[in-house]
Amino acid sequence: MSKSSAYQFDTLSLHAGQQPDAQFGARAAPIYLTTSFVFKDTEQAAALFNMERAGHVYSRISNPTNAVLEERIAALEGGVGAIATASGQAALHLAIVTLMGAGGHIVASRALYGGSHNLLEYTLPRFGIETTFVDPRELGAWRTAIRPNTRLLLGETLGNPGLDVLDVPGVAAIAHDAALPLLVDATFTTPYLMRPFELGADLVFHSATKFLGGHGVAIGGLLVDGGKFDWEKSGKFPTLTEPYAGFHGMDFAEESTVAAFLLRARREGLRDFGACMSPMTAFQLLQGLETLPLRMQRHVDNTRKVVAHLAGHAAVEAVSYPGLESHPDHALAQRLLPKGCGSVFSFVLKGGRPAGRKFIEALRVFSHLANVGDAKSLVIHPASTTHFRMSDAALRAAGIHEGTVRLSIGLEDAADLIADLDAGLRASQKA
Amino acid sequence: MELEIKGAKAYAYTGGKPFDPALPAVVFIHGAENDHSVWNLQSRWFAHHGFCVLAVDLPGHGRSAGALLPTVEAQADWIAALLDAAGVKQAALVGHSMGSLISLEAASRFADRIAKIALVGTAVPMPVSEALLAAARDTRPKAEGMVNVWSHGPRGAIGGNTAPGQWMMGASLRLMERAGDGVLFNDLNACNEYRGGMAAAAAAQCPALLVVGSRDLMTSPRGAPQLAAAMKDARIATIEGSGHALMAEYPDAVLDALRGFIAS
Repeated sequence: MSKSSAYQFDTLSLHAGQQPDAQFGARAAPIYLTTSFVFKDTEQAAALFNMERAGHVYSRISNPTNAVLEERIAALEGGVGAIATASGQAALHLAIVTLMGAGGHIVASRALYGGSHNLLEYTLPRFGIETTFVDPRELGAWRTAIRPNTRLLLGETLGNPGLDVLDVPGVAAIAHDAALPLLVDATFTTPYLMRPFELGADLVFHSATKFLGGHGVAIGGLLVDGGKFDWEKSGKFPTLTEPYAGFHGMDFAEESTVAAFLLRARREGLRDFGACMSPMTAFQLLQGLETLPLRMQRHVDNTRKVVAHLAGHAAVEAVSYPGLESHPDHALAQRLLPKGCGSVFSFVLKGGRPAGRKFIEALRVFSHLANVGDAKSLVIHPASTTHFRMSDAALRAAGIHEGTVRLSIGLEDAADLIADLDAGLRASQKA
Repeated sequence: MELEIKGAKAYAYTGGKPFDPALPAVVFIHGAENDHSVWNLQSRWFAHHGFCVLAVDLPGHGRSAGALLPTVEAQADWIAALLDAAGVKQAALVGHSMGSLISLEAASRFADRIAKIALVGTAVPMPVSEALLAAARDTRPKAEGMVNVWSHGPRGAIGGNTAPGQWMMGASLRLMERAGDGVLFNDLNACNEYRGGMAAAAAAQCPALLVVGSRDLMTSPRGAPQLAAAMKDARIATIEGSGHALMAEYPDAVLDALRGFIAS
């Protein structure tokens, strides 16, 4: 029995956040595809606007279908609540702008998803928010990069592209020593493989587009608050601890001891930036979440089989997966990811760029596209696609070889996946 | 709002409005290892509808300094001191769980200061099992887990919060974890050791409302009729389906019961 719930993970995946529909008894979460909600009377309207009563007013701020998804991911993560956003990028942006404005500074792992890197490296500086990137494995680098104006530490539970395992307890301790929160992108692990709040993280976000949905039909993000960070004690977050003229002069930390961050993020960030999730998307993501534990276990089981096969293949130069002893984070993965290291990994094909192209074009089961975390297996060869303009030297500087192939292992029969890869590997080595 | 009570700093949330002691006063008193924030919706409503509000953090809880008060009687005395410090002559008290015992005792001790009492999630006596007390003393996380699970009825356990996106059981646990060491044991022990409840009920002269959850495992609603019968002027409002965390599980129903009693 978990302390933050009366039920276990698999049960919460199916039920958390949803009572059966009171009017018609619908078992599935209804899709409340409406922009707004009728007030019972003028007094209730005023009470809703003034937070004397809880409820829904306008779907940019909150929606009953989205609220089920938000509660469900909060329950699975062991947090106090969550906010659904238009995408994972929107969730990251919402977290940052809730905590800081111009003059703020972030210390981030340099092993980040390209979209996150773009936001931090190129876009946010235009708005006065700077980021220092550090090697996630160098704990000392995290500490020395912190400045007086730093407001956030940020990393991915499994980083891009080398699957660096983030030492969440180690980085969290550094953050907390400096009275700062740690935000982690847990997209690759999901709460099935790792619950970052239990390891010391303070905030978690997901691209729900990936494993949480699993079906590859909906773009969405989720931002979850662990509720442990003491904003008042830190003294570095006036957006949460001082009256906000834009919302009833509310001091959010006074209003809610454990959910001040979420209150501000919803009442300001969703209201003003408007990157909300469609209720239809929330419904689709809920369908995925229902089977999350089953799917993640299958993802991991299939991945282990494929990794073992590739690691012994003559056409493969190297396989990078934390489940292998050869990976630099293997010991850390054993400690933080005992259920498995996810299903996205890369390997280096012998023969460079030409071999990569032949390999991709010979595959029949794997889909060649720029995404991960689908129920279907996916493949991409960065040197001939996303990074094709880069020289070999520039590729290596980014940690990518000419023959690097990234796989996202799906739920198909592992034997079919291995047979497909074998066909591709044979083709890749032909003159 | 900060006050000085018995030489220590005390904090009370005023519902988002400046505190005006000339208005009718409502004091909200939290339960074991909680703080003022459990009342945020209800206290905001009263503050914006003609009342002055003090949702307190008891000594040693939340933002209030001072030593923990080991008995319900001492906590009731502190409430009287709070009224003095705030310049309030008379107030309605709204207490949850341990706070309900404090309200009851205060009503019996300070009849001229207490206009009404609303006892939310209450039982008199309020015995605490030896297993829970021992856990609170020796293995706090285990005790907090027990309290958290037993405090939530079906709505809290599965979810469907009226406050969008908030996971009740997660928030409840985190709030308890924020407290200092010894707070949970102090509070549970104070409830367990309080023997004067029925005498206080007989002595209290002010109107009383008992707000109970039909699925409350911490303070069973079965004792409410006997408690109400012992009081001069008491009635019961039962919130169907609610567990012990009534203000989170059914915030509107709690508010409606309170406003019907206090604001009428």
